[in-house]
Amino acid sequence: MLKDLFGKKRKFATVPTDSSRMQQVPVIEQKEVPEGLMHKCSHCGSIHYSKDLEKNLKVCKSCQHHFILSSTERVQSLLDNGWFIEEFDADLLSNNPLQFPGYEEKLEQDKEKTNLNEAVITGQGLLKGQPVILGVMDSRFRMGSMGSVVGEKITRAIERAKERKLPFILFSASGGARMQEGMISLMQMAKTSAALAQLSNERVLFISVMTNPTTGGVSASFASLGDINIAEPGALIGFAGRRIIEQTIRQELPKDFQTAEFLLKNGQLDMVVHRKEMRDKLAQLVAMHTVWEGA
Amino acid sequence: MATDLSFEKPLVELQDKIKELRKFTEEKGIDFTDEVIRLEAKAKNLAEQIYGNLTPWQRVQISRHPERPTTLDYIGHIFTDFVEMHGDRLYGDDLSIVGGIARLEGRPVTVIGHQKGKDTKENISRNFGMAHPEGYRKALRLMKQADKFNRPIITFINTQGAYPGKAAEERGQSEAIARNLLEMANLSVPVICVVMGEGGSGGALAISVGNYIYMLENSIYSVISPEGAAALLWKDSTLAMRAAESMKITAPDLLDLGIIDEMIPEPFGGAHRDVVKQSQSIKESLLRGLEELLPMSPEELKTQRYNKFKQIGTFKALS
Repeated sequence: MLKDLFGKKRKFATVPTDSSRMQQVPVIEQKEVPEGLMHKCSHCGSIHYSKDLEKNLKVCKSCQHHFILSSTERVQSLLDNGWFIEEFDADLLSNNPLQFPGYEEKLEQDKEKTNLNEAVITGQGLLKGQPVILGVMDSRFRMGSMGSVVGEKITRAIERAKERKLPFILFSASGGARMQEGMISLMQMAKTSAALAQLSNERVLFISVMTNPTTGGVSASFASLGDINIAEPGALIGFAGRRIIEQTIRQELPKDFQTAEFLLKNGQLDMVVHRKEMRDKLAQLVAMHTVWEGA
Repeated sequence: MATDLSFEKPLVELQDKIKELRKFTEEKGIDFTDEVIRLEAKAKNLAEQIYGNLTPWQRVQISRHPERPTTLDYIGHIFTDFVEMHGDRLYGDDLSIVGGIARLEGRPVTVIGHQKGKDTKENISRNFGMAHPEGYRKALRLMKQADKFNRPIITFINTQGAYPGKAAEERGQSEAIARNLLEMANLSVPVICVVMGEGGSGGALAISVGNYIYMLENSIYSVISPEGAAALLWKDSTLAMRAAESMKITAPDLLDLGIIDEMIPEPFGGAHRDVVKQSQSIKESLLRGLEELLPMSPEELKTQRYNKFKQIGTFKALS
């Protein structure tokens, strides 16, 4: 009863609506969590102070919905001191190999929007004192799609993990291959997977963490190839899109189809880990893969 | 020919006329020889004009031709002693991928390929050449078998793509494809892949991580079907023709881009016009390729394969 009252009260808080703010300032930050004082959860409708939401790693306190994190926010939430000790290949930029109409403009727009050069950042950092190689994709940049630069940065990160014999952790967030780079983008699936084959031969740990969304060519390459496959709660993970499947098989799919929980149930994941427990869990797993020198 | 493509119509009409005149000459005793010779020259010119300047969209149509030779057709013409193997030992036997052991000029090899049907009934049992995870896992099982017994692997690629279905997702379509990419990179035997129809995205790539990738002249290999690209990019799948032009999915384009290693020419009008001749030219390419790969050590083969895929990509550094 008391809770309901508070709930109602919150509705009367005077907050500028999202739409009016968007009109005044053409900031295209994160759509799901706009830069406002308050934020309404798109999932359950509850309202939170934006600051509280940030503190809670952008997880709704009421329904535990995991909002999309930018790649920099993700690194912050994981590594000691919140950043890489050494970032890799930050200067790599995409070309337009097929001269695809409009591609360069779209890249420019996303660069401005996200302050990133491409849809993945990679580097070496410390996870509770343990050195790791970490890659994080950013779904705000061209839907996190994999073109030459994404494929090359991930491949080089894997090669460094192999040379330095350091665990490799990759957070996927991607709609799949980048159509504007055609077959070159499809081949990045083979390239990254071939690099993982070499890493595996050297017996170096690879943990794949699938976040919302991990689909298409990314799901069908490195994201599914972890020694340990983890996903965030509720993340959409799958090969083909829901609409295409429904059109093909002419039947409606269950609501939880292609969610992290659905994959866990079907034996495709080792575990679903809440964002707030991710750093601890990864650190624990990495620690258990160091050479045992105990009695 | 039962199924002619729209752009072939003028040629087909001309050829029909020649046939008619010949019949006339025979049956009625009226001599049309001069006319026939004249028309035959014209037909030859027209054929050169049409087939010598195929647009990407026309090649898409040929690659999907209902009479396009399938993997089993080529196996019959190129190899001897084919013994088909079945099942992935995990779930079932996916008939959209066939595979087994055969001899190539006497040498035992493992052959694997997508299999489309010849008619509707067979297409249904073969799921139109669109594999479920068990198809890719069967392929992987046969590749590991080849690796164990030191047999070269030849794959034939002809699929619209991996099957987008509920069961496929439940059984891990993504994982099945991904696993093949990783394991194929690790194979210690020569692997040659021949795209001989439609190379549809991840479903094609899943058996295409080879030392050499060949493509028949009128095959396509693409990250998404032209129809799919048009629907996504311009919200209109009828713009598939435009998508086919801009996406660089034909053998000549992919040879230019350095994605494939060799383009195998097709008989005039496409592989289905002369499957024996086509098989012969594929066989010659395979033998040439194997001659180069067989002397290589397992490590050299893996390194060659890795470097081949590693160099695909184009980027610039921030100045």
